[in-house]
Amino acid sequence: MKITQISVFLENKKGRLFEATKALGDAGVDIKALTIAENEDFGVLRMVVDKPQDALAAFKKNGFVASLTDIVAVEVDDTPGGLARILAVFNKNDLNVEYMYAFVEKTADKAIVVFRFDDPDKAIVILTKNNVKIVGKKEIQTL
Amino acid sequence: MKEKIAFRDAQKECIDGQALRKYQLERLKETVGHALRTPFYQHRLNKVGIRSSDDIRSLKDLERIPFTTKDDLRESYPRGLLATDMKKVVRVHTSSGTTGIPTVIYHTQEDLDNWTELVVRSIVACGVTSDDVFQNMMTYGMFTGGLGLHYGAERLGALVIPSGSGNTKRQLQLMKDFRTTVVHATPSYMFHFSSKIGELGFTVEELNLKKAFLGAEPYSENTRKKIEEFFKIDVYNSYGLSEMNGPGVAFECIYKTGMHLWEDAYILEMIDPETKKNLGDDTQGELVLTTLCRQATPLLRYRTRDLTTVVKGNCPCGRTHRRISRIAGRTDDMLIISGVNVFPSQIEQVIMKIPEVGNNYQIYLAKEGALDKLTVKVELYSKLFSGDLQDLERLKRKIQDELRASIVITPMVELHEPGSLPEFELKAKRVVDERIKI
Repeated sequence: MKITQISVFLENKKGRLFEATKALGDAGVDIKALTIAENEDFGVLRMVVDKPQDALAAFKKNGFVASLTDIVAVEVDDTPGGLARILAVFNKNDLNVEYMYAFVEKTADKAIVVFRFDDPDKAIVILTKNNVKIVGKKEIQTL
Repeated sequence: MKEKIAFRDAQKECIDGQALRKYQLERLKETVGHALRTPFYQHRLNKVGIRSSDDIRSLKDLERIPFTTKDDLRESYPRGLLATDMKKVVRVHTSSGTTGIPTVIYHTQEDLDNWTELVVRSIVACGVTSDDVFQNMMTYGMFTGGLGLHYGAERLGALVIPSGSGNTKRQLQLMKDFRTTVVHATPSYMFHFSSKIGELGFTVEELNLKKAFLGAEPYSENTRKKIEEFFKIDVYNSYGLSEMNGPGVAFECIYKTGMHLWEDAYILEMIDPETKKNLGDDTQGELVLTTLCRQATPLLRYRTRDLTTVVKGNCPCGRTHRRISRIAGRTDDMLIISGVNVFPSQIEQVIMKIPEVGNNYQIYLAKEGALDKLTVKVELYSKLFSGDLQDLERLKRKIQDELRASIVITPMVELHEPGSLPEFELKAKRVVDERIKI
């Protein structure tokens, strides 16, 4: 139940973020969640999209450096303490989060947060055992 | 002229032309004799019919000898140019080469003594005496600039402060506390000093500086004037290269009209770098040097790749050794960055070995204040992009570390998208040098 994230390397250059998102738009790819990690001279734009393979092809075609990564999307109660309850599970089970970010959209009263673990399969087993709802590819596409 | 003319050895320094040539011939014969003990020169010299020192009958015979290049030195690494028993060698100096293979110069005790004596002669010509306090702000270690001047000043009897380069505040404190009169540094470091002195809570007036020896990188007459005016000192230009010992090959005297090249230690030739024909005085060409007093690593007709001109006429100081002008440039693509010699190919070698980046790169040089700033721009290779920022940071550090290991200085590294740097096939400028000439 892993989902695919697409990451793209962006030089810190005027218009580059625009060009990256335009490439996706032209390919009819819908962005579901995104975050940017950056330092002073470059950044990495990470996204969850409806069609990751199309996104990858669009980036390659337009000369971007991009790659796909497995991540885990989790439903989180959209109430005070909701995220903390999930993180408590990680903490208790020694699951190390490399990074995380939240979806723009949500399902009913639940928010969706994506996590990058060093071992996503192990994380899924633990989360399932702890009754944490994992969001699959299909659900992401229909959001 | 406020200084008076001083000599270390007036007889040698004011030797007349005929006596000099006689002496040079004697030394050249001996040098060829030494050189014939090395596999490299045995092969080279036998090919042109020189089998013993007796085959050198006049200085004209020098022209029969093929030139020696830096590539020859590299190819002979590590022992192909060693002319003495290793037991007699007391020091080696290596310098990094363009392909990762260094060049090596061996010294016997006598070689070092001769070198030191040339340095003493040089600094005495600039009016340094045993009363001076000499702060050596050059890098020590394999770089010959530091040790060369150090031993010379010490032998003269000056008080030597081996401060090395860097740490401007401590340098200033030492200067103030020990009443330093003479410094040795790169011109860019002196510029850096002038911009920092106030900020660090010092004034020129509370220092006791009188002279500076500036070298290891090219600079203009204008820079000399600026530094002289700022510190109220005399600045002297010096010339040397590690293949010829290091500093003390040529040095200005108090008249500052070119650098006297010590012709009893080196035979000076000027050639056209294209035709390799000898040129007369007053014409710019490539300096070619032959060592005359070196046992362990004699070098015959070594192409320095430095462009200069022999200054016409006699110097008012009375020294007969001819003068060369400021180095006007290089006949190869060597860069001088913060006094360190760097070939673009060294950088290329490092980049080629890192799979995460493509083979396209650009070397960008600029000034940060008075100091040189080197930026190496590389392109990220698509297939090895993990999507992680940390991996990219690690990659940057790795490139930086490996470059530092190869070229000694630490560059800034920039990662770029593929295709964003000018392509090699398009005869791209690999090196963009935006440093203002100082």
